[in-house]
Order: sequence, then C-alpha cells, then structure tokens
Amino acid sequence: MMILSGDPPRSRVLTLVLVLIILALVATPFLFPGAKALNVAAKICVFAALVASYDLLLGYTGSVSFAHTMFYGIGSYAIAIALYGMGPNWGAVATGIVVGLPLAALLALAIGLFSLRVAAIFFAMITLAVASAFQVLASQLSWLTGGEDGRSFQLPELLRPGTVLISKNLIGLEVNGRILTYYLVFTVSALMILALLRVVNSPFGRVLQAIRENRFRAEALGFRTVFHLTYANCLAALVAAGAGILNALWLRYAGPDTSLSFSIMLDILLMVVIGGMGTIYGAIIGATIFILAQNYLQWLMGVASKAASEAGLPLLPGLLHPDRWLLWLGLLFIASVYFFPTGVVGRLRNAGGDKSAGGSH
Amino acid sequence: MTELAATDPLPKPKRDIAPILLPVAVALVMIPLIGSPSTWLTLTAASLAMGMMIFIMASGLTLVFGLMDVLNFGHGAFIAVGAYVATLVLAPFAASLQADSLWINLAVLAPAALLSMAVSGALGLIVERVLILPVYGQHLKQILMTTGGLIVAEQTLYAVWGPQIIPTPLPTSLRGSFILGDVAIAKYRVLATLIGLAVFIAIQLVLNRTKLGLLIRAGVENREMVEALGYRIRRLFLGVFMTGSALAGLGGVMWALYREQVHASMSDDLTVLIFIVVIIGGLGSIGGCFIGAILVAMIANYGGFLVPKLALVSNILLMVAILMWRPRGLYAVTSR
Repeated sequence: MMILSGDPPRSRVLTLVLVLIILALVATPFLFPGAKALNVAAKICVFAALVASYDLLLGYTGSVSFAHTMFYGIGSYAIAIALYGMGPNWGAVATGIVVGLPLAALLALAIGLFSLRVAAIFFAMITLAVASAFQVLASQLSWLTGGEDGRSFQLPELLRPGTVLISKNLIGLEVNGRILTYYLVFTVSALMILALLRVVNSPFGRVLQAIRENRFRAEALGFRTVFHLTYANCLAALVAAGAGILNALWLRYAGPDTSLSFSIMLDILLMVVIGGMGTIYGAIIGATIFILAQNYLQWLMGVASKAASEAGLPLLPGLLHPDRWLLWLGLLFIASVYFFPTGVVGRLRNAGGDKSAGGSH
Repeated sequence: MTELAATDPLPKPKRDIAPILLPVAVALVMIPLIGSPSTWLTLTAASLAMGMMIFIMASGLTLVFGLMDVLNFGHGAFIAVGAYVATLVLAPFAASLQADSLWINLAVLAPAALLSMAVSGALGLIVERVLILPVYGQHLKQILMTTGGLIVAEQTLYAVWGPQIIPTPLPTSLRGSFILGDVAIAKYRVLATLIGLAVFIAIQLVLNRTKLGLLIRAGVENREMVEALGYRIRRLFLGVFMTGSALAGLGGVMWALYREQVHASMSDDLTVLIFIVVIIGGLGSIGGCFIGAILVAMIANYGGFLVPKLALVSNILLMVAILMWRPRGLYAVTSR
C-alpha cells in the first residue's frame, strides 16, 4: 500500500494482469533466452515509464502535448553525446544525466510559460511545432548529434555484454553486463512509475485533476493553475528524459528514429489511450500490449498478407502488409476513444463492479 | 490596440492595418540584407506563391477552429488525399500534359483539381460525421480522434498506392520562368499566386457579401447567439468543414505540382506550417490566415536563402514573436 501511494489497481483482474506482467519482466532474462525477448522486455520497461509520465500530462491535467518525444530525445542524446565524447566511463554517464535532466526541465518550463501566456487552446499546436523544430535542429547539428545517423557509443566496462558477473552455474545461466543493464533499466523504470504514482496521489495531483475537470473552478478555489500546470509539465519532462537515458543506455545508440520521431509520439498517445488515461497503471498495460503487438503482430500480419496474396484477393495483401500494422492500430485507437475512453484499466475497474471506479461513459 | 488606424473616418469600424503592413515591412527590410534586387524579387515571388498555397490549405482549418471550436489534427490527411487523387487523372493523361499548349495542359489539370476537391470534400463529410460529431466540445477527444483519423488515412494511402514516391511533373507549358530583365519568376508560381488570390477573394466575398458569410462570421464570434436565433449551426459547420477539406485537397494538388512529387507523409511538415499559420493569424480569421501564410512563406524563403539551416526554427521564432505582440494571433476574432 505504502509503495503504491495508497492507489491500488482496484480490480482483481487488473491486479493479476499487472503482477503477471511484472513477474514476466523480472524473469525475462531467465525464462525467454535470446536477444529479441530481452529487447522487447527492456522496451516495455522504458516505454511504461515514458507513457506513465505522459499520462501525468494527458490523463491528469488534460493537456495534450506533442513535445514529449523531445524530452525523451533530450535524455537519449545527452547520455549518447556524453558517452561518445568522453569515452565509456561513469563520469560520462553522470555528465549526461546532470546535463540532460535539467535541460529537459528548463525547456518544459519555457514551453509551459510561453504557451500558458497565450490561449490555452494553442498548447497542442505549439508543442507540435516546437517538437518538429527540435527534430530538424537535431538532424542539422550533425557535428554534435551525428545527424540522421545518430550516435553509437560504448557503455562503461561493467554494463558491457562481455563482462561476466556470475559465470554459468547449476541452472546454466550466465549473468553478464547486458543482464545487469536490463535490471538497471527495469529498476529505474519501476522507481519512476512509483514516483509518478506518488505524485498523482499527492495533494498536488488532486489539484491537477481539479484543473482537468474545471480549470476555472480550480482557479476560483485559489489554486495557482499556471504554477501547477507548469510544474506538472516539468515533472513529466524529467521522467521522459529519464526514460530517454535508459533507452539510450539499453540501445547504446541515440538517433532521430529511435528517440525523436513523430511516430514515437503517436505510439505514446496510442499506449496511453489503450491502457487508460489518468490511471498510471494504464501505462504499463498500454506499453505491454502495444510493444508486444509491434513486435509480434507484424509477424502475424505478414503471414496473413502472404495467405491473402496467394488466395489472389485484391487490396487485402496491401492492407495486411506488416508495414501497415499502424493502420489497424489507428482504427483500434479511434474505436477505443469511441467505445471505451477509459481504456483497458477503466474497463477492468468498471467490470469489477468496484464503486470507486469512475469516469465511465 | 494599435493607433495606426486613427486617421480613418470615424463612422466606420476601425481597420487594424498593422498586421497588413507586417509582411510589407518584412519584405522591405530584406532588400538590403539580401543585396541583389533580382534575387530579392525572385524570393518575394516565391514567398507569395508558397504563401498562397499554404493559405489555401490553412483557410478551411482556421474557420473550423474558429466556428466550431474543433481542433482538427487530421487536416493534413485531406492534403495528401487530394494530391493522390490528382495523380489518378494526371498519370493516365501524362501525354496531354507533355503537349506544349497551355489549354490542353489546363484541360487536364482542371479536372484533376476538381476531382481532388470533390473527393477531399466527401472525405470531409465522412470525417465530420464519424469522427468529430461524437466529440463536440471535448478538445482532448477531438485531438485523439483526428490524430487517429490521420494515421488511418495515411496508412490507407500507403496500402493502396504503395510506399514509393509518385512523381508529378509539371505540365510543359507551366515549366520555365518569365524573364523580366535579369529577374526570373517561375511560371507555375505565378499561376499558384493567381489561384491563391482568387480563393482569398472568393472567401472574402462569400464571408462579407452573402447571408451565409454573415452567419459564419456571426458563428465565429458567438455560436450560441446564432443558434438562439434559430439557425442550425451544425449544418453550417458541416458545410464549412467540407469546403475547408476541399480547399485542403486543392492545396494538396498545387503542392504536389510545386514539389513535383506525391508522398503519403507529405502532409507531416505542412501540418506544422499550417498550425503555425493558423495560430499567428488568429483562430477563425481569414485575413489573419492570409497574412500569416505569407509571413511564414517569407521566413521560409528569405530565411532559407540567408540562414538555410534554421528554416523551420525561424518559423517558431516568428510565432513566438507574434504571440508576444498579440497573444491571440494577429486578428483575434473569436470571443474565446
């Protein structure tokens, strides 16, 4: 209870699913051998934290930001540039963190203050414009960021795959630097999600929800809404940059496609909505569903597409082509906004008949 | 408020001319910076043409925002759809486009543009009924719905036409430039500017000289009041939405010919530009949208010439500067 900040999943099925996901993530290095499974698991961890931080904005304050990948990218690039420039040592990792996090927070502060000065309706559009400008900037400043190629770098000795920490023991498992990195990613992501749970269940989080429901009334109650919204923006940016750092550490690479592209922004949006806005837990569910689909649904679609083209059906092979999986997710996205705007988590909470579950339509 | 209009005769409402002077001032300031007058003229003509195309695409969006308070993030889909539909006509008649006669070329281009507008407009009807109608008054859901619609539209284009870039070469008679002294102005840019001006004048006439326009302007200013007077504003809005979509389709065709290629993600960068235009123009203001489009195009062209690396960032700076000056855009027409 303490660790969940007094905000349990409030549904038996949901609790079970969450426990299963977390256990599976913990045990991935031992249960599913192979690089792909570990990659998928690490990506789920990173995105769960990233999506949870976006949920703080979208679900709890009700403001749509399209600049979230920018902060994610700042984290990624900060660590990548530091490790690339200073060589693989812990000092570089620390530098990347010390530079990246404040930079993200400052930029969030600037955007927040600027777009709160103008009409609130502009927020989504301004963030979109700033994010795309940042993306162009990142690919133009190639002396710093490596341009379209991005930056590959080496990790400190301890985190490299070659470093064997525990050699093969009775169960035939080897714990190396790669697995240690995975647990680092897992632990930090989990800590960030727990911290976000703490934030949204604090009095501060309640004020954010009040602002979401009725900004005018919240202001009339005497809350400084500008302060609260900007603060939430900065917190979300910090966690996003943190997720970016983890992502870069895991991939040993930072580039426009993996950390800045607009399609990642859409992915995050999809994950929040599918999982359930304003729940934080939805981020874990959404990220898991989405990334599993991204990695395994495409394979399924490839099979279906081949079958359709062999059967000589028109158009269907094109629609089922693995590259078109986003089409189906887009449809799913619209359908979920339509039919269950509270996402998987909201659905499960309502199905459980729990009276405390709210916000259904 | 500005005091520049103080010399106007009193009975008329004050005309706010500072925004109109802004692009003129920008253009004049650029003369010494660019140096060569002929380059400046070419760049100015290019800015006007680009600005007109952006205006055509953005005009529908600003009215949709202004009239119904609907945030449509899927506007770019109409642009891409318009461009793709035009290739349906342009590709089979490629031979006629190669003919060196303006009339034969136009006889192909005009139906292509009309078909694009019809299809985009029809798509607008579907989008408004299916995606926007259920979420009136809920900004968050509007953004989510229309973003989803954009993904679906873009992916469907990929699925139907494939991921490759489709070339759309300019017709023979529109290639090349008019040469005036040592100034070269591309023929297509002249045509684009003329079409843009025609659209602008047509919209202004409809808005200012017809009853329909009166209702639209009244709706932008105060929706409830128009409804209270017994007009079905939803139907009016549907009409505006379809017209805006059709115009986006036209803009898509023009942009495809300008770039001489069509790609399903072509609307991504344009969407950002259009948003900037709509924001700096002021939601719901056609005049502001027109000036904003020219300003954005000027920054893109002059900036691209002077400091090529900062083309997109300079648009953000422009937006910041204008919003610092007027936080609700050049012309604030809505009551929101």
